Amino acid sequence: MKGNAKTIVKNRPRKSIGWYLAKDWQLWIMLFPAMVYILIFCYVPMYGAQLAFREYSFEAGITGGKWVGMKYFNQYFGSSMFLSTLQNTFTISAFSILLGFPAPIVLALIINQIRNNKWKRTVQTTVYIPYFISTVVLVSMLNVLFAKKGGVLSDFMKMLGLVPEKANLLGQAKYFVGMYVGSGIWQSMGWNSIIYIAALSSVDTQLYDAAKIDGANRWQRVVHIEFPVLVPTIMILLIMNMGGILNVGFDKVYLMQNTLNLKASQVISTYVYDVGVKSSQFSFGTAVGLFTNVVNFIFLLSANWVSKKITGSGLM
Amino acid sequence: MTAITNKDLRKTEVHNNKIRETSLSDRIFGGVVIILSILCFLIILYPLWFVVIASISNSDLVNQGKVTFLPVDIRFYGYQQVFTDHRIWNGYMNTIIYVVAGTALNLAVTMPAAYALSRPDFRARNPVMMYFVFTMYFSGGLVPLYMTISSLGLISTKWILIIFVAVNTYNLIIARTFIQNSIPNDLYEAAILDGCSHFTYFFKVVLPLSKAIISVEMLYYGVFHWNDYFNALVYNYNQANEPLQMVLRRILLLNEAYASGNGGVQGGYGQSSADQVKYAVMIVSTVPILCVYPFVQKYFEKGVMIGAVKG
Repeated sequence: MKGNAKTIVKNRPRKSIGWYLAKDWQLWIMLFPAMVYILIFCYVPMYGAQLAFREYSFEAGITGGKWVGMKYFNQYFGSSMFLSTLQNTFTISAFSILLGFPAPIVLALIINQIRNNKWKRTVQTTVYIPYFISTVVLVSMLNVLFAKKGGVLSDFMKMLGLVPEKANLLGQAKYFVGMYVGSGIWQSMGWNSIIYIAALSSVDTQLYDAAKIDGANRWQRVVHIEFPVLVPTIMILLIMNMGGILNVGFDKVYLMQNTLNLKASQVISTYVYDVGVKSSQFSFGTAVGLFTNVVNFIFLLSANWVSKKITGSGLM
Repeated sequence: MTAITNKDLRKTEVHNNKIRETSLSDRIFGGVVIILSILCFLIILYPLWFVVIASISNSDLVNQGKVTFLPVDIRFYGYQQVFTDHRIWNGYMNTIIYVVAGTALNLAVTMPAAYALSRPDFRARNPVMMYFVFTMYFSGGLVPLYMTISSLGLISTKWILIIFVAVNTYNLIIARTFIQNSIPNDLYEAAILDGCSHFTYFFKVVLPLSKAIISVEMLYYGVFHWNDYFNALVYNYNQANEPLQMVLRRILLLNEAYASGNGGVQGGYGQSSADQVKYAVMIVSTVPILCVYPFVQKYFEKGVMIGAVKG
């Protein structure tokens, strides 16, 4: 694509810079709204992040307060919330990747093996549905299905002996990660499998013929033909996932929080909201947020570096 | 990644059917696949089915765990309550405003920018692209953003929920990739020879040829606005402006907190019937999107595919 663009530019007879400007002003106008929006809602807040190093004062505004250096960072690092929010965020992220990442791959392989096209289509359509359910509805579904008393699914799990009879799946901190990750898989497994199913449909049919002649059974064909086809896609998506390891989405965690499970459910993003917006500790909230963003950015750069090493192409 | 056409798909299917399963191991494999696919199907479908049957069953029986596979003691009390609840209709109205106005704004901002970035002869293309892409990976954080919005005087207005997020970088990239890959540059060369400006070319040629990507963008942005509660939670304190999802949160979750002893009854319902109302609310708020879904499914799949192609 890039090479293509270059040759086009090269082949055109040389024009003066004035010609380009005259041609490009229309493109600049088309870019203008998007660039202004990004400037105001992304770059201005980035500039405002210096509040993390300043004392907030209402009169002086975001950037006019007294410079206090690392005070608020040290306050966060020194507080008991630092380790617990960091640990909760990492735990949720790690389990989401560990369990949530392979799920769509397995699902795609299963769907691809279904021979009856009608049934295949039905399964595919069904597994996409949960993706469209809003987080609020999803969390309230969890609340009724896994209720301590009369929850259909919690009763079922108790019947199978998966959880102890007295377990309160919603109100005990130790079940929080499982509930979060499990519902996440339920919701997005189907959606995330689309990309793998598409990759599988591009398998060269000659490979199947060759394997058949060599006497490979269906399982062997899955292992030696279909899985290898998915590997490049798996690598890219895995690296992208690793990059956002501290990016546990605010939405679902916040809605699933209650006073009973807060020990496991207070993650960095919800903590920033609680201290920074709800209780108006602007400088402190900014510092915590900035810390996360920097860590995330470092993770992403490393992931990008690894990606370039392994696959030859990075995200940036 | 290579492009996948329907023809390729059909070829694979025909091919798969040709393979005869004679060996025992293959037959066992086939059986396992069917069992696993049924299991997946049930795991995904059952929670949805349960909400449907619970919404029309006697809520006392639901709470005792006596409703499992079929509705018991059918009643429509929950729906009656929902349809007479002005909060829900107010929320619905607001959400429709945000979805329609927000998505229109999204398209008006995203499509022209995507076109400009798709032009290979646009000199500043790469720096401008970096300007957008950088915001995907780094941000100032929630608090500075909140304060920026607050200093613009947008807190607790309907505007912020329409304006936010006017352009999403990921959506911008897939639109750009689509325009770049599927509209032949020859068309542009020809149009230029005829003295066509970028504006005319964009409106007369690019937009009509971009129906597929416009549908994808509309759906992505539309679903975002429909499901969004976070921005309403953080940037809006005026109950009259609340979108449906915030109303749902009040009815479904804050009331739930009361039931488990955490205080704060927000609904005006008696506790005995509150549960049935909840199921009805879940259905009423999800049905519109599920009704649209079968018609737009292919566009969603297409969107994922375009997004996967690196531009």
